[in-house]
Amino acid sequence: MPEPSTTHISVRNLSVHYGGQPALKNVSVNIPDRKITAVLGPSGCGKTTFLRCLNRLVDTVDGVSVSGQVLVDGEDLFDPAAEVTHIRKKMGLLSQRPYPLPMSIYDNVAYGPRIHGQSDRGELDALVEHHLKLAGLWDEVKGRLRAPATSLSIGQQQRLCLARGLAVGPEIILADEPTSALDPISSAHIEGKFKELRDQYTIVIVTHILRQARRLADYVIFMYMGELVEHGPAAEVFNAPREKQTREYISGVIS
Amino acid sequence: MEDNSARLFNDRLIRRLILALIVVVNVLIVGIVLALCVRSWPILDGTPLGRLLFSTEWHPSTGKFGLLTFIVGTFAVTAGAMLLAVPPCLLSAIYLSEYAPRWIRTLSAPLIDLLAGIPSVIYGLWGVLVIVPLVQDRIAPLFGVKSTGYSVLAAAVVLAVMIVPVLVHISVEVMKAVPRELREASLSLGATRWETVKHVVLRKSRSGLFAAGVLATSRALGETMAVLMVAGNYVFALPRTPFDQAYPLPALIANNYGEMLSMPHYEAALMAAALVLLLIVLIFNVTSQAILLRFARA
Repeated sequence: MPEPSTTHISVRNLSVHYGGQPALKNVSVNIPDRKITAVLGPSGCGKTTFLRCLNRLVDTVDGVSVSGQVLVDGEDLFDPAAEVTHIRKKMGLLSQRPYPLPMSIYDNVAYGPRIHGQSDRGELDALVEHHLKLAGLWDEVKGRLRAPATSLSIGQQQRLCLARGLAVGPEIILADEPTSALDPISSAHIEGKFKELRDQYTIVIVTHILRQARRLADYVIFMYMGELVEHGPAAEVFNAPREKQTREYISGVIS
Repeated sequence: MEDNSARLFNDRLIRRLILALIVVVNVLIVGIVLALCVRSWPILDGTPLGRLLFSTEWHPSTGKFGLLTFIVGTFAVTAGAMLLAVPPCLLSAIYLSEYAPRWIRTLSAPLIDLLAGIPSVIYGLWGVLVIVPLVQDRIAPLFGVKSTGYSVLAAAVVLAVMIVPVLVHISVEVMKAVPRELREASLSLGATRWETVKHVVLRKSRSGLFAAGVLATSRALGETMAVLMVAGNYVFALPRTPFDQAYPLPALIANNYGEMLSMPHYEAALMAAALVLLLIVLIFNVTSQAILLRFARA
């Protein structure tokens, strides 16, 4: 059993409404530092909304209202004075399908550093190479960095998106069902990367694949109908769930 | 088993009917070009093409039919309209697609589209009543120029307003078609909204935006009534400044067809003008299609 670790992200009384419809109801949970936390639950349970709160992408939805706090390194993301680009820079995002930016492989990875002021050619080259290696893509693309990112296979695109997210130097990786569009080999590749990165990054992965959560998670959050039902170290939640809904989900009665 | 023969017959019938319609439409465009060629033949046959296209002499009574004044007028007015319309329309489209709250979008989109429904003669009247005096009394003096107000500038302003709905509407649609996740990918890296628009949304939608520009230009090239009312229609000199009068091809044709009296070759010359206009629009569209194809491949 993993030793109790420090908290990286602290969610307090977080509620989200879309045009009056509740999507998250009063969620409070501490996400441990440099561990893989899996957010589990059936479709529509609010797990994606939860993830989108962590980097405030939830803001981009029309008619959304959020209450509560998300503290990262002690700073409240939803504080009206909080500066959102600086918050988002701390977090890399992997979405369900890879969305490479409409530019070359190189420029995809260099995009973030450039935005944050890096313009030195040599530095950029080094950053791009380093992060493509980190994402396990370098050997496959080193000869064609100027090719459009869309020329890659979908599995390669997802690793490119990982490299792109890592290149801004985040502390946290947010992943929303990052393997759901991928073939099994590419999925295993991404999961393998997560395992390698877990010592350096706090990883929050939303998934509905129970076996994936079992393979990866150190800590588990189980949600149902917008509510946080249960959370705890993975071994506890999987082997001795306290709540009936968690038990039913894990045993496959509900999915 | 039920009898399907009637249904299958209908299926075949519909397919042939649609095919026939498509053929008619395609033949039509070829037919128009051919008809214009035939009717302008007396001029095309007797006059060197260079003199027809690059001479400014237009004296129907002495048989001199140089179209350059009108060709230049057409391009000047169209280019002016695009210069005036594209920047604000692009910014409006960006606002409506990327920044505006939903209520502003639902309110202003139909209003902008309404501009497309206003008859062009109304635009012409508005130009005569508002823009022409404005150019004469305010804008031209600002540059120390004397102008009647009937000018390239007045025509360009009126045309610019007329192509606003085409530009804005298509641009908004094109930008809204960019997947939300692509914006989020950029935002999640810490990009601001403007950086996201500049590097991601505009880049992703550039072929669509280009197509919007092409449609608007085609529309501007052929616009007749409103331009005719405010351009001044001066035959004897090329426009040198935006405050000079211009005489675009459509205005030439609309003003003079039917009043050719018995001057030899006058009708043929107007037909040649129509042919030139049609070819300008066709060549412009074909070139644009080619550029769009290259965009699509890139």
